Amino acid sequence: MAEQTNLSYLVDKYFYASQMPTMWCPGCGNGVVAMSMCRAIERLRLDMDKVIHVAGIGCAAVAHWYTKFTALQTAHGRALPSATGIKFANPELTVVVTMGDGDAAAIGGNHLIHACRRNIDVTAIVYNNFNYGMTGGQVGPTTPLGSFASTAPYGNAERPFDICSLAEAAGATYVARGAVYYVKDLISLIERGIRHKGFSLIDAVTPCVTVFGRRNKLGTPGEMFKAQRRFTVSVKKAKDMSPEELEGKLIRGVLVEKEVPEFTDEYEKIIAQAQGRGE
Amino acid sequence: MMSKARITLMKGNEACAEGAIAAGVRFFAGYPITPSNEIATIMAQRLPQLGGKFIQMEDEIGSLGAAIGAALTGVKAMDATSGPGFSLKMENLGLAAMVEVPLVLINVQRVGPSIGMATSPAQGDVMQARYGSHGDYGIIVVSPSSVQEMFDLTIKAVDFSEKYRVPVILLADQVVGHMRERLVMPPHEEIETAYRTEPSVTPDAYLPYRGDERGVSPMAKFGSPYRWYANSSSHGEESFQATSDYAISEKLIQRLTNKIEKNKKEITEVREEFLDDAEIVIVAYGCTARSARGAVLKAREEGIKAGFFRPIVLWPVPNEEIGQVADKAQAIIVPEMNMGQYVHPVREAACGKAEVVSLSKVGGLAISSNEILEKIREVVKSG
Ligand SMILES: Cc1ncc(C[n+]2csc(CCOP(=O)(O)OP(=O)(O)O)c2C)c(N)n1
Repeated sequence: MAEQTNLSYLVDKYFYASQMPTMWCPGCGNGVVAMSMCRAIERLRLDMDKVIHVAGIGCAAVAHWYTKFTALQTAHGRALPSATGIKFANPELTVVVTMGDGDAAAIGGNHLIHACRRNIDVTAIVYNNFNYGMTGGQVGPTTPLGSFASTAPYGNAERPFDICSLAEAAGATYVARGAVYYVKDLISLIERGIRHKGFSLIDAVTPCVTVFGRRNKLGTPGEMFKAQRRFTVSVKKAKDMSPEELEGKLIRGVLVEKEVPEFTDEYEKIIAQAQGRGE
Repeated sequence: MMSKARITLMKGNEACAEGAIAAGVRFFAGYPITPSNEIATIMAQRLPQLGGKFIQMEDEIGSLGAAIGAALTGVKAMDATSGPGFSLKMENLGLAAMVEVPLVLINVQRVGPSIGMATSPAQGDVMQARYGSHGDYGIIVVSPSSVQEMFDLTIKAVDFSEKYRVPVILLADQVVGHMRERLVMPPHEEIETAYRTEPSVTPDAYLPYRGDERGVSPMAKFGSPYRWYANSSSHGEESFQATSDYAISEKLIQRLTNKIEKNKKEITEVREEFLDDAEIVIVAYGCTARSARGAVLKAREEGIKAGFFRPIVLWPVPNEEIGQVADKAQAIIVPEMNMGQYVHPVREAACGKAEVVSLSKVGGLAISSNEILEKIREVVKSG
């Protein structure tokens, strides 16, 4: 059977029409990320009953309000520990996590680095909009230096995290960055992340038009989508660029992909050993 | 062939771990903290032998989060902590109460506030155990006084959590956690604990938050054909957001609270001794109940008509039973290792029918029976 790409088929299969319209602002990129995740799951032909959607709190972390998977909405920043508990208790499940950048890298930052280190087979998607969308556009851990936010009225004096570098340094075995303008790539990056055995992090760059965009005079939603052509660059192109040329640019594509023993597999060995049937 | 009970000498924390295993707990997530460490140590050793899982998370928020995730997949899950760790539990305790996840949280109380004293006992978390997370919800808190009860009440806590789809706190203290006593462990096959009711309707008709006559809803395993949404936002019976529907939100909060309060008769457990003619009754729990009982015996020797009342389930409060005590007694003394916490619900339950006196001691030393006896004499004198 060929991959189903018919939009109304996908919407009907993966989303609750009863919960529409979404709470996302017109022009927001979050819907693109949520649909990319579902398309990736469609490509992988996963049994929907066995996919668990875990979320934190924020604009990003309402994607599960609309998707038809079994879901857990945790507290702000706490998606990964519960995702860890779900996957560890039942490794047969596919666990996908939706978080905002504040969710993932500020309040949930400690959980993030330890999930990377532990290498549990969970796929985390960070909807990175460079600020705290839900609470009105406060400065966050990914807000660029000098950008404006409701709590950075004179410009941000702090340097941001590059979530992908953070994940890589913490030991994540699959790290990728996508952007909603490059939606086909984004679907593939998520698909590859779910397929990857180990902890996968996908940083999905998405415009927050209403608060970040307006405050930083980034133009219309269309312009904000298109701007991703300017401030992101593919891994392939980046190879031939100098550090000066790469200054201020985010690199798109698969940044890390390596095979390392996965946590729940390792624990199975411990069970075997504890039960006296180890090697 | 009848298998026999095992009789051993054991530490309270060890008995707690044994009780959890006997009750079918097969998932433990924790973070190291004294004086609860032995529980995690044993679970790390024993669970994989039983095909269960142990994980030490990056902090206490993470460990309760992991236990919640595991419990949602259908496994009986537990977590143990103390003092500062208990404070960190409050966020995810509220999540567990809100999405109605059965699990057991052990708190081996130590001196606070803040870091306080890691190896000294206290009973300072009585109110936090009941009201520590923001908002209104129901919860069950049990209070062991002996090593045997660290075993028995852990089993009971698991049972309650599954029956009522609620987080249950075993509120122990450093004395009970670390002392060694005789423990009688019945064979595991003789130990029965509830398991959550699973839905019997078709997946389309499943309402994960529609309470039955008790207020408890069936709970489907994550990964089953019953797709559902464990929602930390205010939600209706089908689990979607209440958004700004205040009636739905009100109904939810009332059910979350009432599924415990309205089932109080089945949950309440108290120990009563020498109450028939008692004029002065000591209401004590946890390690303090041990000295309190001693004080009552000594007072009786002196001819004082003293009685003993021990709430084994602290929350919900056995107010009917305390009310009956207050009907007959002149005074109730509540000794506790805090600045006076459980004395408040006791006073409320006594409703002015008996004088309720607080005997509070803080700093890390247990209350001796002589101190309680002294208080009894004082109350007699002031008559
Ligand atoms: C413990 C806690 N602190 C603060 C909040 C308030 N809060 C809700 S969403 C949010 C930030 C969301 O920002 P981000 O994670 O970047 O996601 P976005 O809304 O931008 O998608 C905050 C601070 C909360 N719900 N819980």
